Amino acid sequence: MTKENEGGGVSRRNFLKGLGTGLVGTAVATKITVAGPGAEEKQESRDGRVPVALKVNGRLHNLWLEPRTTLVEAIREHLHLTGTKVGCNRGECGSCTVLLDGKAVYSCQILAVEAEGHEITTIEGLLNGEEPDPLQKAFVEHDALQCGFCTPGQILAAKSLLLKNPHPTREEIVRGMSGNLCRCAAYPSILRAVESVAKRA
Amino acid sequence: MAKKLVRSVFDFEEGFIETIAEVPEKEPEAWAPERSMRVASKGHPRVDGYARTSGDARYALDIQLPRMAYGRVLRSWIPHGRIRKIDTSEAEKVPGVLGIMTYVNAPKIRWYRDSTLFDPHVRYEGDEVAFVVAETEEALEQALSKIHVEYEELPFVLDAEEAMKPTAPKLFKNGNVRDGKPRIYERGDIQKGFAEADAVVEDTFRTQVVHHAPLEPHVCVVNWEGDRLTIWESTQATFRVQQGIASILKVPLNKVRVINAFMGAGFGSKLGIEKHTVMAALMARQIGRPVKVVTPRKDEFLSMGNRPASVQKLKVGAKKDGTLTAISLWSVGPGGAYRSGSAYLGTPAREMYKCANVRTEEYTVYVNTGPARAMRAPGHVQAFFALDSILDELAEKIGMDPLDFRMANIAEIDQVRKRPYTSKRLKEAYEAGARAIGWYERRNKVPGSGKGPLKRGLGVASQIWGGGGGPPAFATVEINRDGTVVVHSGSQDIGTGTRTIVAQVAAEELGLDLDRVSVVIGDTALCPYGPTSGGSITAASLTPAVQAAAVEARERLKDYAAAVLGVEPERVSYEPGRYYLTEDPSKSVSFEEAARKMGNNMVVTTGARGPNPKGYTINSFGAQFAEVEVDVETGKVRVLKIVAAHDIGRAINPLTVRSQFEGGIIMGMGYALTEERWLDPQVGRQVNPNLHEYKVPTLADIPEIEVIIVSEADTKANTVGGKGIGEPCIIPTAAAIANAVYNAIGVRVKELPITPDRVLRALGKA
Repeated sequence: MTKENEGGGVSRRNFLKGLGTGLVGTAVATKITVAGPGAEEKQESRDGRVPVALKVNGRLHNLWLEPRTTLVEAIREHLHLTGTKVGCNRGECGSCTVLLDGKAVYSCQILAVEAEGHEITTIEGLLNGEEPDPLQKAFVEHDALQCGFCTPGQILAAKSLLLKNPHPTREEIVRGMSGNLCRCAAYPSILRAVESVAKRA
Repeated sequence: MAKKLVRSVFDFEEGFIETIAEVPEKEPEAWAPERSMRVASKGHPRVDGYARTSGDARYALDIQLPRMAYGRVLRSWIPHGRIRKIDTSEAEKVPGVLGIMTYVNAPKIRWYRDSTLFDPHVRYEGDEVAFVVAETEEALEQALSKIHVEYEELPFVLDAEEAMKPTAPKLFKNGNVRDGKPRIYERGDIQKGFAEADAVVEDTFRTQVVHHAPLEPHVCVVNWEGDRLTIWESTQATFRVQQGIASILKVPLNKVRVINAFMGAGFGSKLGIEKHTVMAALMARQIGRPVKVVTPRKDEFLSMGNRPASVQKLKVGAKKDGTLTAISLWSVGPGGAYRSGSAYLGTPAREMYKCANVRTEEYTVYVNTGPARAMRAPGHVQAFFALDSILDELAEKIGMDPLDFRMANIAEIDQVRKRPYTSKRLKEAYEAGARAIGWYERRNKVPGSGKGPLKRGLGVASQIWGGGGGPPAFATVEINRDGTVVVHSGSQDIGTGTRTIVAQVAAEELGLDLDRVSVVIGDTALCPYGPTSGGSITAASLTPAVQAAAVEARERLKDYAAAVLGVEPERVSYEPGRYYLTEDPSKSVSFEEAARKMGNNMVVTTGARGPNPKGYTINSFGAQFAEVEVDVETGKVRVLKIVAAHDIGRAINPLTVRSQFEGGIIMGMGYALTEERWLDPQVGRQVNPNLHEYKVPTLADIPEIEVIIVSEADTKANTVGGKGIGEPCIIPTAAAIANAVYNAIGVRVKELPITPDRVLRALGKA
């Protein structure tokens, strides 16, 4: 999906096209080839999309999204912030964790429209310029990652925990972080990293 | 560097790979154990730590290209049948659909030896039926739901033992036993061995199917530019994907580029060429747009591999003095519906313990479930649960401590190939682990004798694995005019820290700090060939090639240093950071000054991995000790502590070594206690293809873990002295836990996972 599809107002042409969805269906041959004229054009249309204003990492983004678009889809596919990952897309693994008003949420389980009016923070938003957050530094220092795929979610879960409770006990860290799976099982180092920041805070 | 060709044989997963390899005429001087190290053998944080914690690291999942379309496979929802009719007409009408491929219109590309890219004979829930490409994921999902498939349903078989029966439904016309026969190995005289024994134990053990479940699913993005194909793929085998796709699509290798800078783990499930990558490439060429395929989590479970189940019938005998006299193993496991991974698991029975009389008979059979794939120490993890369980039973029967029994049966040589090991510190591992866990003081002399409902116990298990690696593997080193260095090598970092150890080895040999070296990996267009990351071979294969390139680069820069000093290069020596006049070390030039002298030149060298030593076997060894607490009222097992003591040669980065050990141990604990694929036997479909009901360990489950490395550099194995560790770390965990459970409660659970119901049943309480 390209950026031209987003932002700006509704054009009359697209609006009218939106009304005629059922009529514009393009015939598709069973052959591997398809994509007759029209397929491209359809993509440009705004049929069924609604304006959504998302405040992500301190910046307001005006998007046109289908109401069914999830927050993680908006973040990744529309804002191109790919630090947020998708591991299961059904609220089980925690790879898509972002902060919503400082609280860790699974962004695959929230619709983008529901996130309007909230402050969203992704892993990219934890950086101050190129300067990492103390948690990001601690994860590197303690080697609290292996493949790194779940890491943005782990760091944001930890951030949320520390925002709420700057000096958590080990048990509180375990409880606060056990909604984020790490199949490489970097858990012992994740615990060490979070503890190190909690002690410093 | 002068190079020559040799025949190279090395241990890879459950077998040996034989290939022709280019190796250096002269290898660099090996890093002896006593060599003082500046950068290597130190616990440096990962060089790509910033990328991985900031969101900058771009995984295949993160690739977005202009005009990119989305592809996905429609999979069979029945376990066995023939497609009678496939109607895609409704799906084609979905706005945004760009193309649909099925067996009707797809090219007949051979796959799994006995099948094709799309096979109208579907053999498991998850078999590929159609491939759809659409403008958006929304359109894609809609179209997938509108493809109507009519099947002629066939009887199916899910269980390996059932599948061996002559009356079982057949997946292929030649029957369900792979290759039509078992793999049989024999040495000595098994009957004589049992006759000599003072005690014989016979038992049957069963293990479950588990999944790799890497958090980044299988993903590819393909893009044609004319006749050039670029593939971003989440893979453990960057070069293998390039070669495989090129050969299937008949595209020359110089026109296929595979990029794999970061990938979200694989554990063996990402070693191959994926059907969906081929489908995406075919379709992308037709529609003239890039195509991205992201495997849904459910499909990951159904189709992207598993560690097969096993039934292991073991019979072992020993003399009263602890001499193991005979081991007999009969095993069967399901390879799934196609020839992919195997269920063979006899290596530990043949190689771990000293025993003159051994017979193994192993079967892999076809069943109507997802194909197995090599999973982190394939075979060994299943095998050690059974082998080390029965060894404990035998030890008890002859009245010997289980650890003493193992120490009495350490194999001094590779008994199968009848040759020595390059190094073996197994005894040291047993001793160090025993000390750390308090084996002799704290283990229950009488199993199950603890007071109260929470009973504690200790258990031990052993480990053997390959991981010696071998050629071919290449790396280039470039020295820039400011004295910084770039290393290129075509291997990939699957989460093990390859980038970091490559940088460390180059920095060590060049005498530079780590931040002066950057590393480019995972790109077939930029890097020379590097090995597939499987069989724990990456570190041991790659780092000596990096070392060789670095040594040569350092020598080449000496010419410039000599020019600055105004002498012949022969009179110049090197020490970290500077070149100096051999006869007068006070006259010197720094590495940077020498580099600046190059002007616009650049030192570029290519290093190759040397050959493995002739007449030796390279293995890693180790032992793990578990302490568990079992609640005999609920049946719940809690792992309190694991001590892992291993011989892995040189630990090139002790920090990342520890991480891998902890990770492997926790995954092994999941295997022991919670992970299991559940199938509905009535319909032949998986009940728990998701991360909620398939129970992988979380932070709340972890035990205390202590990792002890008992080895130093194995310079007989290779010039850096490392052996792979990605797989050894998981091998003994479940077995050690099972033995600890026995020591805690006094009854043995012979089937994994050790769930509360199995514990209660073993205790006669359920």
